[in-house]
Parts: sequence; structure tokens; C-alpha cells
Amino acid sequence: MTLAQPEALNFECETGNYHTFCPISCVAWLYQKIEDSFFLVIGTKTCGYFLQNAMGVMIFAEPRYAMAELEEGDISAQLNDYEELKRLCLQIKRDRNPSVIVWIGTCTTEIIKMDLEGLAPKLESEIGIPIVVARANGLDYAFTQGEDTVLAAMAVKCPDQAPVAEAEKNERNAIAKLLNFGRKKEEVAAEESEYVNHPPLVLFGSLPDPVVTQLTLELKKQGIKVSGWLPAKRYTELPVLEEGYYVAGVNPFLSRTATTLMRRRKCKLIGAPFPIGPDGTRAWIEKICSVFGIEPKGLDEREAQIWASLEDYLQLIRGKSVFFMGDNLLEISLARFLVRCGMIVPEIGIPYMDKRYQAAELALLEKTCQEMGVPAPRIVEKPDNYNQIQRIKELKPDLVITGMAHANPLEARGINTKWSVEFTFAQIHGFTNARDILELVTRPLRRNNNLKDLGWEKLVQEEAKV
Amino acid sequence: MKLAYWMYAGPAHIGTLRVASSFKNVHAIMHAPLGDDYFNVMRSMLERERDFTPVTASIVDRNVLARGSQEKVVDNITRKDTEERPDLIVLTPTCTSSILQEDLHNFVERASLEAKADVMLADVNHYRVNELQAADRTLDQIVRFYIEKARKKGELPAGKTEQPSVNIIGISTLGFHNQHDCTELKRLMADLGIQVNEVIPEGASVHNLKNLPKAWFNLVPYRELGLMAARYLEQEFGMPYIDITPMGVVETARCLRKIQQVINQQGADVDYEEYINNQTLYVSQAAWFSRSIDCQNLTGKKAVVFGDSTHAAAMTKILAREMGIHVVWAGTYCKYDAEWFREQVSEYCDEVIVTEDHGQIGDAIARVEPSAIFGTQMERHVGKRLNIPCGVIAAPIHIQNFPIGYKPFCGYEGTNQIADLVYNSFTLGMEDHLLEIFGGHDTKEVITKGISADSDLSWNKEAQAELNKVPGFVRGKVKRNTEKFARDRGFSEITLEVMYAAKEAVGA
Repeated sequence: MTLAQPEALNFECETGNYHTFCPISCVAWLYQKIEDSFFLVIGTKTCGYFLQNAMGVMIFAEPRYAMAELEEGDISAQLNDYEELKRLCLQIKRDRNPSVIVWIGTCTTEIIKMDLEGLAPKLESEIGIPIVVARANGLDYAFTQGEDTVLAAMAVKCPDQAPVAEAEKNERNAIAKLLNFGRKKEEVAAEESEYVNHPPLVLFGSLPDPVVTQLTLELKKQGIKVSGWLPAKRYTELPVLEEGYYVAGVNPFLSRTATTLMRRRKCKLIGAPFPIGPDGTRAWIEKICSVFGIEPKGLDEREAQIWASLEDYLQLIRGKSVFFMGDNLLEISLARFLVRCGMIVPEIGIPYMDKRYQAAELALLEKTCQEMGVPAPRIVEKPDNYNQIQRIKELKPDLVITGMAHANPLEARGINTKWSVEFTFAQIHGFTNARDILELVTRPLRRNNNLKDLGWEKLVQEEAKV
Repeated sequence: MKLAYWMYAGPAHIGTLRVASSFKNVHAIMHAPLGDDYFNVMRSMLERERDFTPVTASIVDRNVLARGSQEKVVDNITRKDTEERPDLIVLTPTCTSSILQEDLHNFVERASLEAKADVMLADVNHYRVNELQAADRTLDQIVRFYIEKARKKGELPAGKTEQPSVNIIGISTLGFHNQHDCTELKRLMADLGIQVNEVIPEGASVHNLKNLPKAWFNLVPYRELGLMAARYLEQEFGMPYIDITPMGVVETARCLRKIQQVINQQGADVDYEEYINNQTLYVSQAAWFSRSIDCQNLTGKKAVVFGDSTHAAAMTKILAREMGIHVVWAGTYCKYDAEWFREQVSEYCDEVIVTEDHGQIGDAIARVEPSAIFGTQMERHVGKRLNIPCGVIAAPIHIQNFPIGYKPFCGYEGTNQIADLVYNSFTLGMEDHLLEIFGGHDTKEVITKGISADSDLSWNKEAQAELNKVPGFVRGKVKRNTEKFARDRGFSEITLEVMYAAKEAVGA
């Protein structure tokens, strides 16, 4: 700890004994995003209990998700997997009539080697509903990586030819056309002229609709047209992916999806930092522009304007330190943004580090540290929470970004914490939402400023133990 | 395979963890994949626990799948042993380890050679028992282990305490109002001149388990947790146990009379009748409440009850016997204990329902249209949908069911709390109903908060659609701010761009 920090990023790997959400939690936001989907999690009571508690009140809103709860007969293969799944899927078709059923494979289906990928096509043709299989289990993945497995599976299902969609669009607009007579054509032409001529671009990553709109508009300002988004609002609206299309990720945990898009759909990946924070958003847009040979316009002022509007929050955090325990893979991007905000980051814990997919983000982090004149953080992959707690006790950071399992105990020991899961659900992308990130980051500091004169910081009696 | 959206009782390992982490200085190690340590989140959030939950996972990942856990579990146990110096480490199997069929016994044996702590494998099978049964078994297992250990070492204390004394068995973490019940029971015992020998598992040390036989009797307030341990102690030491839940005025009295009988048989000479009489008539408000005009108004009102065996049975009896409310059906999700439940409540309700299917319960509520529901959080939400008030009486529960204020369900203070709960549920329903008949409090349209009322600004289609996506409770504010922004800058039409520019400008 006393050694001077080297300038280059420093990667370590610990034991992997850390707390995170099970990747099946992705159904919670994906079923809301993809409105005509139904998610069937094939697993045990343990999976169900997690979802039920983690999803909180959402569970009472008749979610389009269910457990296919495996019983002893399923485990010992006394029951036929195919017949059982058929029975449940027919029931789902009858009750909900979704456009797609997503099977989420779990630890148990892995261990008993249930061949979901093999069963799905057969059952799909028998019941007439597409079935997408995603093996989002705790044996292989952490938390947000669940979305990655689902989107990778969906990438394979995207249509590969554009014209069909065009014809459909015309048909749908038939009445509008009738009313508008010839005007329609001009409008389309006018609309098209707002865009620069560039190869089709498809973005991937599930974001709330308002954020999708914001980012799309942001690119429109540069004359870049977003041809589609994986996932779309409906399964039936999955974007066309032809060979040679360009794709760009909006979230740092989508490495499998990126790989699938490149290898199986022959798309070209634009490796950019992620549009989190004004610096990230700007770098993201600039990179996309540069790939298409576009000179970005007005980004300087735009970024400066956003930073200026953040000043009240920046004053609270400048010079403060923040420790990421690591559980949702957003850590690198958030740390990069917070360093730019003037914070010091001693440690970034992260479940899994894809140095290729995150290359541009890592480079920006390194550059940001140099420019801000702060030591580069140590990046700890597969962290060990127990060791991290010891380091936190030693370093006494001003803020720890951590899971709920550690938040209250750390607060009771006088250490400010922010619950990391909130970053997954809050709107944090693009210029518009930079303030929301800082709203989250500064909340514990603001709260504790309000309480600071009470002398109630440490509320546990202990600390004799080594 | 079973299509399931919701479960009332959790998986087995949750029960084991609840018991293990209730004890002081006991550490549980789950043999589980990443993400199965969700128990820590629940304990930290629901119980607002200040200390780190003493549960870690020995992670099962791809490598474990390929080669077995090998040294991993043993290493994790010995590591925890040196880091935390616990008295006991409980290796906890999960659904995953149940199918892997690794020889966890062997790991435990090997680890216990090295570890200073005792090491034990929780004897629960994921596919055979649920959370509640597992908790009961684990408590029994830990008690047996330490009684046997003390016996072998000859450390088992002989004889009873001088004064009549009791062990309270079954108070645990994440139990419904358990902390408050525990305080109330201790207070009750103090009133009766009975010394509390041990409370287990909550806050107990395993070193004290050998003292359990010194008590004159055991009190098991909850049906779900502690009976196995109590039966074991009865069989080993002839200790009588009382499993009458002191919940409600009549049942509390019955419990106290049973205590009187049990200790008088062992040579005490106590008479609690006067205490019971005094508490019932003058101290507790519940008996008086049931005579008051308020309660008269509840006569014959329809209610339904659903929960774990303990609370659903107690509530049914209180509603029917002590308040004259018509319980149309009473139900429990403790299927394994259905017989006991039927026997307890059949004479106090028209119908008994035993099921783990929340859909069936929802339908049964809709069918009956009661004036109030007493159930779990799930029933509370069914009530919301049907516009029927609901009092929460059993787990599964949310954070609001872990109140900071003193809210026991047991003992005489418990009777007051329950009376409030029942009365508030019913009057709220009544109040709503009256308001509806008389046209509500107020008409909402009259009051507007300026600016946006007579708007001269037009919202284009996309912006309007975007506005509609904003959650209702802040929509008005967003609308007003956006329009103010547009007006200040002289925009006449509000587009998406204007909306977001407004958002950035006000920094919200």
C-alpha cells in the first residue's frame, strides 16, 4: 500500500468470493423493455426466491416472467423435460400469448445438462412461438452479464434482410398516405437529408425508452442515423442485421453480444468508451463520428455546458475518494467519470474484465487519470469481499460503492456507501443523465452533511479483532 | 415442473442460514454458485442489521463442476476459522450442491481436524424440506450437537435452577416481529416470577446450549421453529415443553395456565389466575376493546385469514372468538403441518384452505369479497387490486414489517397491537366506503397549481408521448418545468429536444 502507484493501469485477480446478484435478475428489466416477451426461468426455488425478493414490488404487477420450478422428478429424469416444458409453454401461450418466450437456463439446468438449445427449436415449431435460450447462470456469470447472454441469443434471431420491413412500413402507413396524398414522399426525403450518408448503424444494450430517445437524438445532431436497436421495444421489431453493418455497445457488460454480432452476424464493432457521463458520451459520439468520417459538431460546448450545470455536485466530491467493491461491470466507466469529476479511485472491483471489449474505455480511464494527475486505480477482477473490507478499513475512503449486503454494516462503521444496484436501474447514459449519476453518488455525502453535527457516525461497538 | 410466480416459504438453505446467523459467533458457509448469497442482502436490508451477516459462499463455478470442489470447501472453512474465529461453522448445502452430490460430510470431517471451530454439515435436503422445516431441523441439529458434546466431556450441568425457569425456543432472525415478541415474552416471564434460562437461537452463544437442561420447561411460541429441539430435550431430559402460542387474550391465558400447571408439577406453588384476570380486565386493552362500541360495529363482518400456521391460527381465533368477526375461510401455506392447522381453526371458520398457490388464494379472496384480509404481503397486494384493506400478519414480509417501534404480537401488549391492526384495517375500509357513497373528499379538478392550467404551448406528438412515460406522480412537475423553460426562451412548440434541454437546464 505504501508503494507509489505506477502510472499504467494495474490489474489483479482475487478469489471470486464476492457478493453480486444472480444473472437471472436480468429478466426484471428485460421483460419490461421487450413488451411482448415472456421470460421463463427454468430453475429451483432458490432462483425463484431470489427473483421474488430482488424484484420487490414489481413481482405484484403480474410480471411477464415465471419460474419453471424443477422438482425432484425433473432432477432424476423421471419426468420428460420436453413434455414438461411443452406443457408449461402451452399454458403461457394460452394465458399471455407472447411473441417470444425466453428460456433462462440456470445453474441447475447446467448441472443436469438439460439440453435447452436442443429442445427449443423442436418446441418452437410445435407451439408456433419463437423460443430464445439464454444460459444466464451463476456458475458462469455475474448480475448484468445476464442481459449479455439474452442479447447474444437474440442477436442470432435478428432478421438479416431489410426490404421486408420496408414493405410492411408502407402498408401500415396506407391510411396516412391516403390522407397526405403526395406529401409523404417529400417529408421522407427531407427527413433523410438530415442524415449524413453512412453505412447502417445498430446500437446494442437494453436502456429505458427515454434514454434510447435521448441517445438517438444526440447522434441525429451529428447526422448519424440509428437504424435499429438491440433489443427493440418489441421482439417483433428486432433490428435488421446485414453483413457489414456497424454496431456499437452502450453498456460495458455486453462482450458476448459484441462477439456474436461480429462473428455470427459479420457486423463491424465500433469500440468506443461508453456513453456514461458527459466525457464518456462525448467520446462515444466522437468515436462513432470518426468511424463514419464525420466531423463532430458542437460537442465542445455541449460537454462544457453539462459540466457547468454539474458544478454544485462537483464541489461536494472533488478530492474525495471512492472505492468500488464491484458487482455490475459498470465500474470502469463510472470510475472514469468520477475521476474526471475530481475524485480519487483507489480500487475498482469488477466481476469480469473484458480488456478487448472495454479497450477504449480502459484507455480513456488511463488518460483521464493522467490528465487529472491522480494515481491509476488498481483494477481487481473477481474480488474477495472479505479482503476488500480489510482494505476499506485501512484506506477509509470517503465513499464505497457496494452491494446491499455490505452497505448497512459499513454505514454503521462510519463509512459512506452507495448501493451499486441503483446504477443499473437509474438512467445514467448520455449528456442529459450525467446529473442523475452524481445525484446518486453525492446522496450519501449530502445526507451525512445534513447529519454531521450529531456525532453519530460509528454505531457499533467492536474493533478489537484483527 | 411447476409454473410458479411466487412462493410463500423460501428454499431450505434460507432456514438453515436464519438459524445459524441468529446465534452469536456462528458462521455459515454456503456451498453455492455466485449470487446465492442473497440472504445477506435480505438480512442487511430487512433487519437493518449493523453487522456483517456471518454468511459466506464457497463458490461453485465451472471449475467446481468439472473437477469437484476438492480443496475449495475445506480451504474456505479453515480460512473463515482463522479470519473470524467463530465457535461453529455450519456448512450449508443448496439446491446446487444437492444435485452435485459431493461428499460434503467428508469436507466437514477434514476441515474439523484443522479448524479450531466446530464444523457441522446442515442436514437438510433442498428437494424435501422448505425454509421453515429446515430452520427447525437445523436448530435441533445444533442443540443435539452441543448437548452431546457436553455430555461426552462430562460438562452437562446437573439439576435445575433454584427458581422456576424457562428456555424460550424459536426466536430467530428474519422472523415476523420476533425481536419484539421476545422482549414481550421475557417481560411476561418476569411478571410471572419465572427466570429466563436461555433464549435460542437469537443472540445465543453455542457454549450456553449445555445449560438448556437447567430450565424447568421450554416455551415454543411458534409452531414452525423450535418444536424439534423441544421434543429432543423432552426425550433426553424429560423437560416438558409448552407449544401454546400466547397470541390473543384467550390463548395467552391458556399458555399461562399451562405454565402454572407445568411448574407446579415440579414443586413450585404458583397461582396465576389473579394475574391473568388483572391483565385481561384492566391492563390489556383488548378485552375492553371487544366490549366497546367500536368492536360492536365489526360484528359479523367478513374476513379471511392466510399465513403461516402460527399466525393464521392465532388470528383466526382472535377474530372469531374475541371480536365476533366472521372468518369465512382461514388458510396456511404450511402444507406439511395441515392436520394441526385444521384441528386448530376448523371450529372458528367456515372453510379451511391449505395451499402454496397464491393464485388460488387470490381467487378465494375475490370470491368471498371480505371487508378485510389478514395475510402476507402477497395478500396485501391482492387487497390493493380489489380495494380491500389488508393487515399483514405473517411472512413473506417487506421492510415495513420490521418496525423500529415496539410491536409484539405475543403476550398482553401483543393483544393491544393486534386489536389496533384489526380495527385499523376495518375502519379504513369503512371510511373509504363512506367517502365513496358521499362522493369523495374533494373533486380533484378544482385545484390547479398555476402555470400549466391554461397552457398556450403545444406539445408535439413525440413529446406528448414522452411525457406520458414519466411516472404519474412527477408528470405534473415535469410538464410545468418544461413549459416554463419553453416560455422563457420563446418556444411555442414543445418537442423532444426542448424537453431534454429543459431537463438539463433545471438539473432534475
